[in-house]
Amino acid sequence: MCATCGCSGEEHDHEHGHEHEHVMADGRVVRHTHHEAPREARRIKVEEDILARNDALAALNRKVLAQAGTFAVNLMSSPGSGKTTLLVRTLRSLGDRPLAVIEGDQQTDLDAERIRATGVKAVQLNTGKGCHLDAGMVGSALPKLPLAQGGLLFIENVGNLVCPASFDLGENRKVVVVSVTEGEDKPLKYPDMFAVADLVLVNKVDLLPHLEFNVALLEENVRRVRPGAPIFRVSAKTGEGFESWLMWLRG
Amino acid sequence: MHEVALAQGIVDIVMDRSERDGFKRAKVVHVELGDLSNVMPEALVFGFESAARGTPAEGARLDFTHRPGTGWCVDCAAEVKVQTRIALCPRCGGVKWVVTGGEQMRITELEVD
Repeated sequence: MCATCGCSGEEHDHEHGHEHEHVMADGRVVRHTHHEAPREARRIKVEEDILARNDALAALNRKVLAQAGTFAVNLMSSPGSGKTTLLVRTLRSLGDRPLAVIEGDQQTDLDAERIRATGVKAVQLNTGKGCHLDAGMVGSALPKLPLAQGGLLFIENVGNLVCPASFDLGENRKVVVVSVTEGEDKPLKYPDMFAVADLVLVNKVDLLPHLEFNVALLEENVRRVRPGAPIFRVSAKTGEGFESWLMWLRG
Repeated sequence: MHEVALAQGIVDIVMDRSERDGFKRAKVVHVELGDLSNVMPEALVFGFESAARGTPAEGARLDFTHRPGTGWCVDCAAEVKVQTRIALCPRCGGVKWVVTGGEQMRITELEVD
């Protein structure tokens, strides 16, 4: 038996060594001989989504929320669009419903403090160096919250228009907030985020008289990447446009 | 840089498989990326190198197969290829199309030792 390749014949006509050449980045040609046959790498079929683990945890969150009878909304936007101010006014307007909040930020529990001032229970998640919430983090927060029949859970994601778009948290709806102090072209610059929105809120419309901002153009750009998603113009400061938003939440 | 989290996802799958399929080291990880997936391959490679350290995925090469984005154009009533989410329909130049494919990011195969 051949000790190198393990074949049964006493003699055989294949070579174990082989000569080959590489072309290096600078154009040099390197030629050398391997004295043993290269071992065949084993191939394993996988066919698994890279986000499979997150998605499995998200499915678990969805089940926990459904069993509790709580409807979860994931709020996403760039930093400074007014998510927390919007949330505070929203919570104050929904006093008749059981409410809970998960706040996501890289650092501090400043936002959770603002929420708690309304009397609503809030859990702050700090992602450290992370740029988004994932389903595992949300799952760790759920047992710390009062999830009640007919309740609403708001998850305020890390302010970021890129990364949070890819991570299912187990929420029922994704809401993207964009403010009129940003550009009308935000939906085109960050299409992955707007493409997953179930609803788009255009915030800070109370500032429109002081700005050269074309809301219709922004809305047209939203429709281009997410045809069919409703768009509401709101002001978290004055409460303008809140009827539609609250009705959407109650519906 | 959510690619770091995605890279960790790849390493988790390799580690899981190394236990199940009994291999010590992955040499190549074949990844299928849709053109409409929210991923930058270079950032994924960068994140993977550090996430793989000390695991059976250490030193493995990521091999990408790109899949085109596809959409259904409402006005053409046809499936069309699209490069980005804000592309115009290549047939009619319109904007009324919806994504039908090319969002995947999945591991298809491993080459292992």
